[in-house]
Amino acid sequence: MEACNCIEPQWPADELLMKYQYISDFFIALAYFSIPLELIYFVKKSAVFPYRWVLVQFGAFIVLCGATHLINLWTFSMHSRTVAIVMTTAKVLTAVVSCATALMLVHIIPDLLSVKTRELFLKNKAAELDREMGLIRTQEETGRHVRMLTHEIRSTLDRHTILKTTLVELGRTLALEECALWMPTRTGLELQLSYTLRQQNPVGYTVPIHLPVINQVFSSNRALKISPNSPVARMRPLAGKHMPGEVVAVRVPLLHLSNFQINDWPELSTKRYALMVLMLPSDSARQWHVHELELVEVVADQVAVALSHAAILEESMRARDLLMEQNIALDLARREAETAIRARNDFLAVMNHEMRTPMHAIIALSSLLQETELTPEQRLMVETILKSSHLLATLINDVLDLSRLEDGSLQLEIATFNLHSVFREVHNLIKPVASVKKLSVSLNLAADLPVQAVESLRDFRAPEFFPVQSDNHFYLRVQVKDSGSGINPQDIPKLFTKFAQTHSLATRNSGGSGLGLAICKRFVNLMEGHIWIESEGPGKGCTAIFIVKLGFAERSNESKLPFVTKVQANHVQTNFPGLKVLVMDDNGVSRSVTKGLLGHLGCDVTTVSSIDEFLHVISQEHKVVFMDVCMPGIDGYELAVRIHEKFTKRHERPVLVALTGNIDKMTKENCMRVGMDGVILKPVSVDKMRSVLSELLEHRVLFEAM
Amino acid sequence: MEVGQMQRQWVDYTKSLFLEGFLDGQFLQLQQLQDESNPDFVVEVVSLFFEDSEKLLNDLTRALEQPSVDFKRVDAHVHQFKGSSSSIGAQRVKNACIAFRNFCEEQNTEGCIRCVQQVKQEYYLVKNKLETLFAMEQQIVAAGGSIPILELSF
Repeated sequence: MEACNCIEPQWPADELLMKYQYISDFFIALAYFSIPLELIYFVKKSAVFPYRWVLVQFGAFIVLCGATHLINLWTFSMHSRTVAIVMTTAKVLTAVVSCATALMLVHIIPDLLSVKTRELFLKNKAAELDREMGLIRTQEETGRHVRMLTHEIRSTLDRHTILKTTLVELGRTLALEECALWMPTRTGLELQLSYTLRQQNPVGYTVPIHLPVINQVFSSNRALKISPNSPVARMRPLAGKHMPGEVVAVRVPLLHLSNFQINDWPELSTKRYALMVLMLPSDSARQWHVHELELVEVVADQVAVALSHAAILEESMRARDLLMEQNIALDLARREAETAIRARNDFLAVMNHEMRTPMHAIIALSSLLQETELTPEQRLMVETILKSSHLLATLINDVLDLSRLEDGSLQLEIATFNLHSVFREVHNLIKPVASVKKLSVSLNLAADLPVQAVESLRDFRAPEFFPVQSDNHFYLRVQVKDSGSGINPQDIPKLFTKFAQTHSLATRNSGGSGLGLAICKRFVNLMEGHIWIESEGPGKGCTAIFIVKLGFAERSNESKLPFVTKVQANHVQTNFPGLKVLVMDDNGVSRSVTKGLLGHLGCDVTTVSSIDEFLHVISQEHKVVFMDVCMPGIDGYELAVRIHEKFTKRHERPVLVALTGNIDKMTKENCMRVGMDGVILKPVSVDKMRSVLSELLEHRVLFEAM
Repeated sequence: MEVGQMQRQWVDYTKSLFLEGFLDGQFLQLQQLQDESNPDFVVEVVSLFFEDSEKLLNDLTRALEQPSVDFKRVDAHVHQFKGSSSSIGAQRVKNACIAFRNFCEEQNTEGCIRCVQQVKQEYYLVKNKLETLFAMEQQIVAAGGSIPILELSF
């Protein structure tokens, strides 16, 4: 036989079986080729597939299997060696790839499986989140409801509207069958049904406040479920309802105005509460959910706040109305008072005028009558008429004065006036009057009475006095002494009251009208003073004394050195008896001249010529110091400073006067600087020295004299 | 001479002193200070003046004779002299002192020497006049009269 490279199949060709095998292989190959195509197609379509290279591997495996089976088709009959080789190669490759794939799948499949579990887990999570979302949405809904409710409740400050709105809105939001509010009665022992949702005007059901269920609700700030059979929940007859819905009750704090403290919100100890009762619809399977209860609690609080605001508003409106009424009343009263005062003043003015005119006529004509020829009886009668009419005239004047004093319409006029001349005038005024009554009047003025005082004095009686020193004011003490019939000491307190009569009052000028002293007292009080009467008893005369505060008349400029051009002759003292003066001058001649000058004016002069001597001699007794400031080698200014240091109190320090041969700006400034009270140019005349001393002693003021 | 005549003489003399400018108003002031408690006030003061002035003038002359003149000291003396003379009303002496002080400020030795001479001259003049016046007064008092009060208007 010829050797052919043909491979003989192992088994003989069985025709039918072979045919079936042939067909199966063909279809297997077909399937094997189409599977990868399908895979590629679908994977291309899908976006995500993590294991592409596995797919490639798998594809290769399938393709090779298919190829193997395809090539197998040729091996059913006689086939050449080439085919056999190809077949073998294909099988080998297939074997390799399939083993590789098998190995790979060991790794892959667990992963794929875990992917699945993760997917399941995520699905569960998604479901959970969905549930939670649902819950949140529900809560948000509730919150919106609450806000809306609150808005409705708080949009008004009217108590009734608030409560009504609350019930309506709650009813709507929670789909309630009935909602009711029980308010405590005035006595606080019962709760009265005040508002309901369905019934317009609830008839006055009341329940006692101390029921256990009510106490339970009141003692907690939560909304509590209560039995539908409790008295507060039985509001209307249950007509045909079999299953009453659940009932919830919550307390509503009612705040009094006086204990409205925001910080103490949870601690409302002795507060009053109202009860809000909410009923779900009967015959429904609804239950109270937690979020609904929370809603109810929140609403109850809001209602409490709104009610308290309403209460405050009511209170303040009431207070404002009250104030307005009071204002109106006060205004009216004021206007009435003003009218009364005006009427009184007008009356007084008119009546005074009207009364005075006839008064004057009476007085004038009576005096004229007095001058004519009269019998003693007639004279007596005329004198009595005159005396009475004088009394009446004084009374009229005094009444007018006093009324003006009393309602404060009399004001003191502040002005500078000459004290001496005032006293003299009064003295002159009184002298003729006194002499007519055969009485003598004497005037004594103390030597250091200031000439000028500030304040307006009116209407005082004759003086004898001495002042008490102080810085800007002095006190003027005036005494009127008489040797008349005296006063009983017991009567003295009554003297200053209006119209009080005492029998033994000295009648020199006051005429017993009873008003004069009262007027004096008013004036003295206006001038911040004090007035009183002393008397040792009947027959020993009496003394009226008053002290008032007067101001010193102001000088034009205390800090500059004004130039005194003229000297008021009437106030210059002619002599300064015993005035202790110290003179310091190193020039013997001018020292003795100054000494002689001052001695001539009556002073007690000590002279020194050096600083040591000066410091040795100077004491508080020396009232005035004259020192030459132009002494060569001796610093007079320095000495002045030392004197100021030594005598710190103003009234202890002697008056310091500089003597100098030249007055120029420099000298003046130096003198002012060291605190000199005055500057004099040498040589000084007697008159000049006299006036200088006068001024210095009166005012202790800076000045300069040439 | 009888008292009235002596008094008239005294008055004329005094007036002339004022008119010639030897004395000024200050002297009148001094006279006013003379009273029963102080009968010789004027004489005492004037005597004191004479004493002081002698000393001052000596000091001044010596100070100006120094080779280097201490103008401060000279000025101090002149200041004193001016003070004294104005205290008793010796007008011309005072004026001379004022002029003197100017030269001292200028530190003019020549001028100062001239001034000191002038001051001395005025001083001796017024001294003379015053001594005459006092002699007249003594005569009047010895004759039993009293010194008249001068009413002079300036």
